[in-house]
Amino acid sequence: MEHENIKYFLELFLSGLTKGSIYALIALGYTMVYGIIEIINFAHGEIYMIGAFTALIVSSVLTMFGFPMIAILILATGTAIIYSSAYGYTIEKIAYKPLRQAPRLSPLISAIGMSIFLQNYVLLAQTENFMKFNSLIPEFEWLKPYKEIIGTEELIIIIISAIVMIALTLIVKYTRLGKAMRATAQDRMMARLVGVSVNKIISFTFIIGSALAAIGGVLIASYIGQINYYIGFIAGLKAFTAAVLGGIGSIPGAVLGGLVLGWTESFGTGYISSDYEDVFAFSLLVLILIFRPEGILGRSTSQKV
Amino acid sequence: MLKLKNINTYYGNIQALKDVSLEIKEGEIITLIGANGAGKTTTLMSISGIVPPKSGEVLFMGKPINDMTSEKIVSMGLCQVPEGRHIFPHLTVTENLDMGAFLRKDKANISKDLNYIFDLFPILNERRNQPGGTLSGGEQQMLAISRALMARPKLLLLDEPSLGLAPIIIRQIFEIIKKINKDSGTTVFLVEQNANLALKAADRGYVMENGRITMTDTGENLLSNEDVKNAYLGM
Ligand SMILES: Nc1ncnc2c1ncn2[C@@H]1O[C@H](COP(=O)(O)OP(=O)(O)O)[C@@H](O)[C@H]1O
Ligand SMILES: [Mg+2]
Repeated sequence: MEHENIKYFLELFLSGLTKGSIYALIALGYTMVYGIIEIINFAHGEIYMIGAFTALIVSSVLTMFGFPMIAILILATGTAIIYSSAYGYTIEKIAYKPLRQAPRLSPLISAIGMSIFLQNYVLLAQTENFMKFNSLIPEFEWLKPYKEIIGTEELIIIIISAIVMIALTLIVKYTRLGKAMRATAQDRMMARLVGVSVNKIISFTFIIGSALAAIGGVLIASYIGQINYYIGFIAGLKAFTAAVLGGIGSIPGAVLGGLVLGWTESFGTGYISSDYEDVFAFSLLVLILIFRPEGILGRSTSQKV
Repeated sequence: MLKLKNINTYYGNIQALKDVSLEIKEGEIITLIGANGAGKTTTLMSISGIVPPKSGEVLFMGKPINDMTSEKIVSMGLCQVPEGRHIFPHLTVTENLDMGAFLRKDKANISKDLNYIFDLFPILNERRNQPGGTLSGGEQQMLAISRALMARPKLLLLDEPSLGLAPIIIRQIFEIIKKINKDSGTTVFLVEQNANLALKAADRGYVMENGRITMTDTGENLLSNEDVKNAYLGM
């Protein structure tokens, strides 16, 4: 009995970690964009959805031609990253850049407009039904004995997310570009005065955020097994919750917020009731907004990115 | 080296600079003095491309720069230490200095310059891993000037470097400015409200009132000018 309890706890812990990693990958895009230009890119969930669709299309074609699974995984993810990044880059140029001097509400409305536009665009180009997404992740034989606790897909999601997030942290901390990003977030005018091209930094931020969302999209589609045009909306909302929870603008905050949200959902559904998955997430958001509006790791003043 | 020809700069509909013309020659220290709100900061921001002038011409080493982006202007060797220092608060002292060298590619020389800065300001060396925002006002000003020096500027624009600092620190900062000008031949354009010290340090000075240049002469002559004495030297 005792043993069963521990096993159940571990199972919930790992499935929370899996979902939380995906939330974190998407939340990073919200938080980095907010850190640089202080807008919430509500079309970010759609970037993730487009990543999943791109991977679906590419993997279907490659499967027809009989490519090996690992090649399909790499090519589909790569294409998804390129497509999503191109969408993210373009969204910034047409929906946000012209509004940089406008009142704060304008880019927000523009963001929501972009989100609705992209959903309907995919709805028209594809279908409103869920489409089957064949897993791109091969089964590990050696993991089979433990499959009640953790499956290959969960393990891969956790590992890839961790690698991607560590890489991002290193880029932001140590590279010239990363320093320029942080400098731009902290003092845009001064960044220009040392020769940083702020437009390029903003574009780069959208590209990185979109690439992370695409990776998240491919992994989750593979995990859940089906996608439709609407998956970006709910995932985007959850990831946005994670970003606010951790402290919007903070990179470690987005990761922590994603994990806390993932665990809240998995332990909430596991120990209380599975009917309320979304209720747990959004109750957490309301609580944090009441008691610690700057988020877990957020600084109330100027620290961003 | 730098020439402004009848520049007019606006914030929305408000005209902040009216037909401003001035000239700075290589190797000089030139100062611009004037009361609060006269348009001194706007002059520097127009030169740096942050608030480009609506009309008129800015020439740097003979080339018009008034249509260029600020990063292009920096890459030509025209750097500004803005009013209020604008240290990146959460970057360390070293990272702030790295940002000064953002457009440079010559790695070996960058680390040489970093050592030069740490010799010039040992206190920055002591605080090298501390976030810039935790430094005192005087230390931040030293860091702000050093960050600009990391770009190896040909012309250095300084906006009120003495603002809010203790007299002893102000004197130290002015000594450094003169040393930079002498040692590396860096041309300096110094905006100040502390007219007395600025005119003493400068070869020539300009006086600005309500967005216009109203007077120009050598530093010495302006120091002994009755109008300047009354308006800016508190005598
Ligand atoms: N960002 C701005 N928006 C609108 N007006 C401004 C702005 N910055 C400065 N001004 C106005 O332009 C004039 C010149 O200001 P400034 O160049 O800062 O003067 P100084 O540096 O000599 O104190 C002032 O009347 C000031 O109110
Ligand atoms: Mg000023």
